[in-house]
Amino acid sequence: MSAPHPQPQPAAPPLSPARTLATAARVLRQLTHDPRTVALLLLIPVVMITLLRYVFDGSPRTFDAIGASLLGIFPLITMFLVTSIATLRERTSGTLERLLAMPLGKGDLIGGYALAFGAVAIVQSLLATALSVWALGLDVTGSPWLLLLVALLDALLGTALGLFVSAFAASEFQAVQFMPAVIFPQLLLCGLFIARDRMAPVLEAISNVLPMSYAVDGMNEVLHHTDVTGDFIRDVLVVAGCALLVLTLGAATLRRRTA
Amino acid sequence: MMNSPGVAIEARGLTVVRGNRTVLRDLDFTVEPGRITGLLGPSGCGKSTLMRAVVGTQAKVTGTLDVLGSPAGHPTLRPRIGYVTQAPSVYTDLTVRQNLDYFAAILQPGRRHRGARRAAIARAIAEVDLTSHADALAGTLSGGQLTRVSLAVALLGTPELLVLDEPTVGLDPVLRRDLWNLFHALAADRGTTLLVSSHVMDEAERCHRLLLMREGEILADDTPEALRTAAHVATVEEAFLHLVDVAATRQETVR
Repeated sequence: MSAPHPQPQPAAPPLSPARTLATAARVLRQLTHDPRTVALLLLIPVVMITLLRYVFDGSPRTFDAIGASLLGIFPLITMFLVTSIATLRERTSGTLERLLAMPLGKGDLIGGYALAFGAVAIVQSLLATALSVWALGLDVTGSPWLLLLVALLDALLGTALGLFVSAFAASEFQAVQFMPAVIFPQLLLCGLFIARDRMAPVLEAISNVLPMSYAVDGMNEVLHHTDVTGDFIRDVLVVAGCALLVLTLGAATLRRRTA
Repeated sequence: MMNSPGVAIEARGLTVVRGNRTVLRDLDFTVEPGRITGLLGPSGCGKSTLMRAVVGTQAKVTGTLDVLGSPAGHPTLRPRIGYVTQAPSVYTDLTVRQNLDYFAAILQPGRRHRGARRAAIARAIAEVDLTSHADALAGTLSGGQLTRVSLAVALLGTPELLVLDEPTVGLDPVLRRDLWNLFHALAADRGTTLLVSSHVMDEAERCHRLLLMREGEILADDTPEALRTAAHVATVEEAFLHLVDVAATRQETVR
């Protein structure tokens, strides 16, 4: 009598498309059981951008500048929050330990999260951008699709940062505190409140190495230029590069063996 | 009947340090294939750490630890071991079936395995007797039911070695009996090796072999009958207490 064991399979490759897709589908399924989170994710940017439109009712130029920047900042902040809590839960509930004891590549897990939250970010940004451009009169010189591209990259950056900081948070309380710690300095220095070249040189130098600055610059390039500028391409590459770098750092925080 | 003759797990000088505390101290033991080995001892004696070392999720392991013929934690072992942690590690915001769907897709990815996955999921749900709750949200289940979902995940890939950390804690007597019947069926019919931890001594009688642990050391490694006979007592619990007393006296003498 022989035991009906399957043939020993080779070790999992670092990235398997099927496992990555399964992970993304699982994350999205979890969201479908939480309609309130989905509603908050999709509606808050829409409501905020509408609010902003009427706050600057008398100065449409200001609304253009700040509105476009916010379209890039929303996905970054929301995906940061959602991902840091989701991965923290994964760590504390023991599902991460279980997954890493299974033939799952770290890249599959991170890629799955990035895909799932990237998809949510696309819907979120589509809604907010469409509303801004068509209903609220946001005056964009370039293509709104480019706004959407930057928004998507911002969302990936948010996902990456959230994943990374969740490794340093032992509880949800700590995880949400990383939001002001990681996001607020970037928000203050990204050029949203005052143009970056008018800041004190030290602050400008700091803002030069913070990824959100490039996200906002990219949005403003689309706002002011009809075609794709060299600066825009640089901004997009910087944001994408940062997202990739932080995702890699995030992967390094996923340990198969823990103390 | 086993493809790994001899031993399923072999430890030589196994030591684990957590922080500055030595949790497991120079352990030597073997686990026979196709049998149920009980890992018994009081809470905090190192049972979970030993299991995590076997599964390959424990850091700072020194000494030799071979599992199914490979060093513990080797990537090729991952699909061959089923592991159930003490706390049920499943997604509470998914249904029972959606949980199993996901973990099955990790074990057997790809569209062409869809049929095999569906069969494995149905079988695992039936084995832990949760068919009527398959579409319930895991978060709405009772503690015992959640434990069984976690167990079902471990049964998915027809693992050769099942490592179960206190799988019957908080379950009612009927369910406990059913699960032990399942464990015996897995060992007898599939040749699965089971390493089951418990701090409830009456479960010891149901194991083929026992590893009695205390404070990071193994006090005894034998069959339940042999342990009872050696100590001239009626239950494993009494045998364990006897061994603890002997160990304590020996320590006194050394000092």
